[in-house]
Amino acid sequence: MDLILQIVAAAMSSGTPLLFAVLGGILIERSGIIQLGAEGIMLMGAVTAALLYLRTGSLAAALPAVLAVSAALGLLHAFLTVTLRVNQIVSGLAMTLFGSGLSAFLGRAIAGQPMPGAVPKLDMPVLDGVPVIGVLVAHLDVLTWLSFALVIALHLYIYRTSWGLHLRALGDSPPTADVMGIPVTAFRYGCVIAGTMLIGLGGADLLLVFSPAWIEDMTAGRGWIAVALIIFARWNPLRALLCAYFFGALDALGFRIQLIGSSIPSYFLKMIPYAVTILVLMYLGWRNRGKPSGSPESLGVPYIREQRL
Amino acid sequence: MNEPHAVEMRRICKQFGALVANDNIDFAAKPGEVHALLGENGAGKSTLMSMLSGVYRPTSGEILIRGRSVNIRSPKDALALGIGMVFQQFRLVHTLTAAENIVLGEKSSVWRGASWMRRKTEEIGAVAERFGLKIPVERPVWQLSVGEQQRVEIVKVLYRGADLILLDEPTSVLTPGEADQLFEMLRQLRDAGKTVILTTHKLREVMEIADRISVMRKGRMVGTMNRYETNERELAQLMVGRAPAGVMRPAGRPPGKPLLEAEGLTVEAGKGRTAVRDLSLTVREGEIVGIAGVAGNGQSELAEVLAGLRPWRGGTIRVCGREWKWASVRTAIESGISHVPENRMKSGMAGSLGIVDNLLLKTYRHPERSRFGMLRSRRNRAWARSLVERFDVKAAGLDTPVRQLSGGNQQKLLFAREVDRDPKLMIAVHPTQGLDIGAAESVHRLLLELRAAGRGVLLISEDLDEVMQLSDRMLVMFGGTIVGEMSRENADRERIGLYMAGLQDAPGEEAS
Amino acid sequence: MNGKAAAAGMDGDAGSARRRPAVPRLRFEFDPVRTGSPWWMPLAAVFAALAVCAVFIAAGGTDPLAVYKKMLTGAFGTRFGLTETLVKAIPLLLCGIGVSIAYRISFWNIGAEGQFLAGAMAATAVTIYMPDLPAVLALPLMTAAGIAAGGLWGLLTALPRAYFQVNELISSLMLNYIALLLLDYVVFGPWRDPGGLNFPGSPMFTADQSLPAFGSTRLHFGLVFALAAALLYAFTFRHTRWGYELRLIGANPEAARNAGISLNKHLLLVMLASGGLAGLAGMAEVSGVAHRLMYGISPGYGYTAIIVAWIARLHPVGLIVSAFLFGGLIVGGYSVQTLGLPSATSEMLQGAVLFFLIAGAAFGMIRIRRVR
Repeated sequence: MDLILQIVAAAMSSGTPLLFAVLGGILIERSGIIQLGAEGIMLMGAVTAALLYLRTGSLAAALPAVLAVSAALGLLHAFLTVTLRVNQIVSGLAMTLFGSGLSAFLGRAIAGQPMPGAVPKLDMPVLDGVPVIGVLVAHLDVLTWLSFALVIALHLYIYRTSWGLHLRALGDSPPTADVMGIPVTAFRYGCVIAGTMLIGLGGADLLLVFSPAWIEDMTAGRGWIAVALIIFARWNPLRALLCAYFFGALDALGFRIQLIGSSIPSYFLKMIPYAVTILVLMYLGWRNRGKPSGSPESLGVPYIREQRL
Repeated sequence: MNEPHAVEMRRICKQFGALVANDNIDFAAKPGEVHALLGENGAGKSTLMSMLSGVYRPTSGEILIRGRSVNIRSPKDALALGIGMVFQQFRLVHTLTAAENIVLGEKSSVWRGASWMRRKTEEIGAVAERFGLKIPVERPVWQLSVGEQQRVEIVKVLYRGADLILLDEPTSVLTPGEADQLFEMLRQLRDAGKTVILTTHKLREVMEIADRISVMRKGRMVGTMNRYETNERELAQLMVGRAPAGVMRPAGRPPGKPLLEAEGLTVEAGKGRTAVRDLSLTVREGEIVGIAGVAGNGQSELAEVLAGLRPWRGGTIRVCGREWKWASVRTAIESGISHVPENRMKSGMAGSLGIVDNLLLKTYRHPERSRFGMLRSRRNRAWARSLVERFDVKAAGLDTPVRQLSGGNQQKLLFAREVDRDPKLMIAVHPTQGLDIGAAESVHRLLLELRAAGRGVLLISEDLDEVMQLSDRMLVMFGGTIVGEMSRENADRERIGLYMAGLQDAPGEEAS
Repeated sequence: MNGKAAAAGMDGDAGSARRRPAVPRLRFEFDPVRTGSPWWMPLAAVFAALAVCAVFIAAGGTDPLAVYKKMLTGAFGTRFGLTETLVKAIPLLLCGIGVSIAYRISFWNIGAEGQFLAGAMAATAVTIYMPDLPAVLALPLMTAAGIAAGGLWGLLTALPRAYFQVNELISSLMLNYIALLLLDYVVFGPWRDPGGLNFPGSPMFTADQSLPAFGSTRLHFGLVFALAAALLYAFTFRHTRWGYELRLIGANPEAARNAGISLNKHLLLVMLASGGLAGLAGMAEVSGVAHRLMYGISPGYGYTAIIVAWIARLHPVGLIVSAFLFGGLIVGGYSVQTLGLPSATSEMLQGAVLFFLIAGAAFGMIRIRRVR
């Protein structure tokens, strides 16, 4: 029981950066744009947070900077894909390559330096007495709480507001949205920028909460796993939470097995999340076999969508 | 002219690059009339409508709504002016319900709770009822029939307060019966004081529904008249620019041996839908067999099976007496079947490749065209050049990407490829869709030449006139099977219409 | 009446209370017929990228011009630099051709890095498990093993795509990480050189296991592999039946299906070839340059190759030129380390070049127009 709780707690802490990135990705892809730059954006978010936090010692300066930098990257992606209509895949790829190069360049001086302090926790002594849940959430940090709030907010936004209706229409049929007076271009810009900010926040969370020192390429493919998780979560924020924690658990599991002193080399345990990602995608493909693009407009469509003119 | 026109367009020009789609158009519609905009495909009707609905902007010219000069920059502006358009391809989001589609874009409140939706649903119901339109508001759009989807579109436009309603080719997706219902609705709208403008290329419809008629040809307006002062003949002449001669259809020899025999064919279309069920047909040497029917009744799937593109579940297919074991495009090509697919640029051609590469598509494996795994480039170019000349394809050069050719030239190129193979049987799906009359005539001539040469043709078309004009025998498809068959002599439009709507069953068939 | 209002230049009210000022506005109009951008666009992209990165370098307190000068002389200014540049260009060209083949049919293989590592590991396996083979056997066997392993690693991306519709971008990248972990495992574990003072690398190859070099330089026989691959690539696409089939699939898969071409079969073949070339690059790198398998054997060749392919627009001659240039960029990146800059400087530049390149290509299709 204790072990399970520990794993769940570990899954939450390694799953939260993924969760931010998946939520951001959902917002972007719901608007009909593919964002494959998550890896680079997370790295940029992480390095920005590290630089600012080390220099100013204040999260109040670091987090807005992360948001600003990611918003700029989002603006770039939106300009390229929405206005210039470049191939969305290539634009995302360029962002990944650029982001990992630039972050390595910017972070060279602070590599390995520990952060000046942990992210403040939101203590809730009231919950201490509650079994299971109390253990898990009574002393969580602010960013994790923010991720919970975002899950709920995004869910309500998509399914309970008129803007969410617009968003769903936009991703399914831009010509329809246009005819209904929804400003397609502006809306897409907004979604891409806001979503990219969330992805950048995921990178910051990785650095500030999960492993508080900047290391080159510290995301180690998490951005790409997040891209896969969007499909896995079927563009739904609530499912995104489960999926992100599931992969967080895989991460944590490898670590636990190592601690137990298993004879399996750690390299193979570290492969688990990557291998499982492919296997999960294969399972989804098998389950949706015979349907060219999944059920009506849900699965896979944002990937094969072309810019309609 | 004391009452201002509902809409007036003055000296409208619209250019797309070098192409002039609308050339100095003057057009006006009175309030409370049904006004038909008649013209061939590509005459510029849809472009003109799109400028009223804010999708395109005129290159020059002026638009007046109720006598006031306006500048329609976006569909939103158009809506604000009371202009609503029902597009040929519906603008509906399939995953949303009909009601959600209708309230889409409404900005009155951000929160969409259950009570809000219920109130809106009632409002929509009230609007629909006022104009006698029945729609299932709470079902997702993808579950609705085409006719229902069109009604959702009309309700959407009315709900948003439009009193100028534009419909682009509204009957192209409907059965004759559904079209009659639509016309009834349009009359009700007119009687309620709305102005209705619809585009069409079907003369019969114009004479049935329109109060006034404007005819367009090749981007120009050639005349506007009252329905009572004109007739189909005059309209046709205006539309085409000359009296339509039609293609001479020589009497054929009696058909010979069967080329294609399909028996009890059943085809799945994914998601458990049966697209073709228990279908049997025969095509013989020297005959054109036409299949009429409303789109989506299994014609596309049937054509794909016969082209080897799609596996079938039950039944047998024999080509020239030899039974097919499984679906294979190679087998289909090698047994002499040529296939003119319904969307030539989507599946028949590679738009970014040049003419030579596109002509090679089906024959590149032949020793004439490639040897030892190597293309015989010089020989292939000479061959391509001769085909381009023989079929009169107009192109800048042999390496011009075919997407830069006009629709008619693309289709000629495709026919050049398919006819040059000397096929035994041609399956032509919507072969003249989107072509102007001249290009369509040359396609018809090619089909008749094949017939005269003793080949078989299976013509699948939504254009009933085309099917009736060319076919030796006519079949009607509905719900995935043949519901009616008649010879050329006793074909009659009304009966075909009933078959197409599934209202009359083939002898021995049970209604589902 | 209305004519007068129009003549006065008054815009009609669009019904709502909203009015926009009638100032000219810039509008991007997309014109898909206008394809292709001028030949100088890649060069312009490189210069624009240099300019943008100069800002970051300057912000770090270094003079960007000095950095660029150092990079230029480091990569092309000396005989040593030039051969080093060529040495780096070999894997870039091989991997670049590899990904180009896949991109020709719109298959987004970004797994050249993993395929490269698979090839390097397989070639090394030959030296570990058959240490005493003579050169005539060892080198061909290592080459075959490298190509086969790279190809199989490529198939691991192609198979899930062909049969389970798995997005190849994600799977090929996941496989990069798996290959990297596998490399770490073997060089830190079973294959570690016992006499190597804990250095994470395999034992040094013997002369029989090393590709011959040109003279006394570090430039090795892999160059012949790379140029031959470029030639074969050009010939295949221009003159062979397979090349035609691939062009057709790339231009319109639906039409290719109509011509009786099996998409899945070609997908597998393409990835076999694409991965095989990257695997060959990996073999050439361990056998020709490092003479052992070691930790960090690739400074991201597989990723740089993506940019190499894109900047060359998949064109064979362009690939040779851009592989050479990017080889120089990597070498230049090493040489600026003396100025206290990380080698990631060149990675940053590479990413920026790709950005400007795609934006530039798009500008070729776009007209900027003033509208009312």
